[in-house]
Amino acid sequence: MATRFITPAIWLVAVLVLAWPLGKYMAGLMDESTAGRARPRGGLESALRRALGPAWDTDQDWKAYVVSMLAFNAVMFGVAFLVLLLQRWLPLDPDGKGALEPSLIFNTVASFTSNTNLQHYAGEQAMSYFSQLFALMWLQFVSAATGIAALAGLSRALGGRTKIGNFYRDVSRATFFLLLPLALVLGVILAVLGIPMTLHGAAVAHTLEGAVQTIARGPVAAFVAIKQLGTNGGGFFGPNSTHPFENPTYWTNVIENGAILLVPMACVWMFGRLAGRLRDAVVILAVMGILLVGGITAANRLEARETPALTTLPVRKAPENLEGKELRFGAGAGPTWAVSTTATSNGSVDAMHDSLNPLTGLVPMVGMWLNVIFGGVGVGMINMFLFIVVAVFIAGMMVGRTPEYLTRKVEAREMKLALLALLIHPLFILGGTALFAATSWGTHTVLNAASHGFSEILYEFSSATANNGSGFEGLGDHTIPWNVSTGLVMLLARFIPIIAPLAIGGSLAAKKPTPETSGTFRTDGWLFGAVLLGTVLIVGALLFMPVAVLGPIAEHLSLGGAR
Amino acid sequence: MREWTTSIRLWLLSWAVCCVAYTAVILGVAHAAAPDAAEGSLLTDSAGRVVGALRVAQAFTSPEYFWPRPSAADYNAAAASGSNLSSASPKITARADSIIARLGGGPADSVPADLVTASGSGLDPDITLAGALFQVPRVARARGVDPAAVERLVRSRARRVGGLPGAPRIVRVLPLNLALDRAFPAGRS
Repeated sequence: MATRFITPAIWLVAVLVLAWPLGKYMAGLMDESTAGRARPRGGLESALRRALGPAWDTDQDWKAYVVSMLAFNAVMFGVAFLVLLLQRWLPLDPDGKGALEPSLIFNTVASFTSNTNLQHYAGEQAMSYFSQLFALMWLQFVSAATGIAALAGLSRALGGRTKIGNFYRDVSRATFFLLLPLALVLGVILAVLGIPMTLHGAAVAHTLEGAVQTIARGPVAAFVAIKQLGTNGGGFFGPNSTHPFENPTYWTNVIENGAILLVPMACVWMFGRLAGRLRDAVVILAVMGILLVGGITAANRLEARETPALTTLPVRKAPENLEGKELRFGAGAGPTWAVSTTATSNGSVDAMHDSLNPLTGLVPMVGMWLNVIFGGVGVGMINMFLFIVVAVFIAGMMVGRTPEYLTRKVEAREMKLALLALLIHPLFILGGTALFAATSWGTHTVLNAASHGFSEILYEFSSATANNGSGFEGLGDHTIPWNVSTGLVMLLARFIPIIAPLAIGGSLAAKKPTPETSGTFRTDGWLFGAVLLGTVLIVGALLFMPVAVLGPIAEHLSLGGAR
Repeated sequence: MREWTTSIRLWLLSWAVCCVAYTAVILGVAHAAAPDAAEGSLLTDSAGRVVGALRVAQAFTSPEYFWPRPSAADYNAAAASGSNLSSASPKITARADSIIARLGGGPADSVPADLVTASGSGLDPDITLAGALFQVPRVARARGVDPAAVERLVRSRARRVGGLPGAPRIVRVLPLNLALDRAFPAGRS
C-alpha cells in the first residue's frame, strides 16, 4: 500500500523539478525577443539555417506561420503514407512483413501526423523496421515538434507580437535541439536497463516443453524513448508498454511514466517565459497539477478493489485488480500510468485500459475529455489557453467589464474562435459515439457486452479526438468505417485547435494594449486559478456527464449485487 | 513553392538525423553497454540452443514445471496481447474456474490472483512468490523430490518488486524452470 503512493509522489516531484530548467532551456531556444536574437546561437544553428535555405530568415504573421505548418505537415503525411504503402519493397524488413490495407495506412498516417498514435494494427505483426523507424518514429519526432512550435508562436503573440516567429525555425529547434537530445539520453538509459535494440529479425526459441516460440524484437529502445517524450504513445509492439521488451522492469516503468509528463510540464514554463507571464504559468501549472494528482489518487483507489469477475471464486485477494496488469511494475503502476497518459495526450499504456475496473476506466476518459491536464506537448497548453479565454470572458461578464487577457480586450471575434475550437471536441466525441453506437459500424466491433461495449466505442472517439491514442483495445477497430472516421477526426481535431488559437493570438496582438490598473481582473492569482479550475470542470461535466453515466457508471452500478 | 522546397529539405534533414544518426547511436551504445539485452536477453541451454527470452513468458503445461500466468495471446511472442475483457466479464470468471480446477485450488486452498488473471502483454514473465509456492507440491510430486528442496529453490530465486524493501516478492518462471531442470534433472521424463 505504501509504495502505491510513495513512489509516484517521489517521481512526480522529480519530474516537476526537472521541468523547471527544461522549460527555461526551451524558452531560451525559442526566445526571439531583441535580447534573444542578439544571443549567439552557435554553429549547429547556422548549419541548420544553411540546410533549410532562405525561408529560415522570414518573420511570419500567424497566417504565414499556419501555412508553413500545414505545408510541412502535408509533407509529413505524404512521406509516411508512401513509406507504408511501399513497405514490401523497402529495406530493413528481416521478417518479411506484408502489404498494409489502404484504409489502415490512412488511419495510421493520420494518427502519427496528428501526434495521436492511435493504432489499429499491432506493430510486431504489421510493420517492418523501416516503417517503424522512417515513418512512425520520424513522425513521433516532427509531430511533437510541430506542437511545441505552435505553442511558441502562440506565446509570442500573447506577448504582444504580430510577427509570431517562423515555423521552420521553431520546428527545427524543437526537433534537433530539444527532442533529439532528450531522446538520446532516454534511449541510452532504457537500452542499458534492458530494452532490446537490434536490427535482427525475430528470434526463434525451442521451449523446454518442445514447442517453438517466435520472439519478435527490433530497434525498440530508440522508438520507446521518443514515444514517451513527445506525448506520442504509439508502441513498437501491440500491447505497448505492457510488453516486456518495451518496459522490462519496475524502474523502466517509473522512468517511462515520468517521461510522459516531463515535456508537457516544461511547456507551461516555456509559455510563461515567452509570454512574459511567469506568474500566470504558476497558476496554470497548479490547476493542472491539482487535476493530475486528483486523478491519480482516484484511479488508484478504484483499482485497488478486487477484480469483480473473481469475487465468487476461491481466489486470494491481490493488492489490485490484476487483469491486464504486469506484476513487475507493482501495485498502482497501472492506474497511475493510465491517468498520466490520458491527462497528457500520450496514449501509451502499461496496463490494458479495457480491463481496468469500470469506474477506474472512467478516469482516463475524463483526462481525454478535459484534454488540458498538461495535455500534448505544446498543444495541451494551447487547449488550456482556450479555457483561459473562456474563463476571463465568464469572469468579465460576471463583474460587467469588457474581459481582458494579458492587457488585450477579448471580444466577439476571439470568443467565436475559442468556442469553435472548444466545441469541435465534444462534437466529434459525442457525435461519433452516437453514430457508431447506433449502427453496425460500432456494435459489430465491440468485444464486451452492454455498457462496457458502449464504453469501448466512447473511448475510441475520445482518444481520437483528444489526439491521445490509447484504447479500450477489445474493440475490433481495424475496419474501414473505424479507420476512415477516426482518421478524419484525428486530423481535424489536431489542426482546428491549433489554428484557431493562433488566429486568436494574432487578433489579440494586433489590438492596442490597455494599461493594467487596480481594476484589471488579474490572471496570475489564486482567484483566477479557482475560476479556471471551475470552468474546466463545469464545462467538462456539462458536456460529458450523460455519456459517462451510460458507459462506465452504468457498468459499475450493474455490479452492485456482486459487491 | 518555397514552402514545399523548405518542407522537403526539412524532411530529408530530419530523416538523416532522427532516423539514421539517432538510431545508429542508440544501436551502438546499446551493443557496447548491454549487448545481451540489446538482442532480447535470450537464454540458451547447455548445447547453446536458444530456449527462450529471460523476460518473455512461454507456455508450460506439464506438471513438473511451474506454470506462468494465463496468456490471452497464448504466449505468442510475435503477437502479444491482453484479454481486453471487462474486469467484470463472465468470461474471466469461466477462465478462472477452469484454471482453479487444473491447479487443484478450492475453498480450503484459495489460488493467488495472479495465476488466474491474464497479463497486459500476455507475456508476463513473472508470477508472485505465493503463486509459485502454490505450485510447489505438484512440481515436487511430479519430479519425485522433496517439496522442501523445491521450495528452497523457489525462495532463493524470488526478488522484491523493484528491489524495494517491503514490496511483494515475484519469481521469473522460465529461469526458475531452467534452474529446476539443473537441480533435479532426474525428475524429467
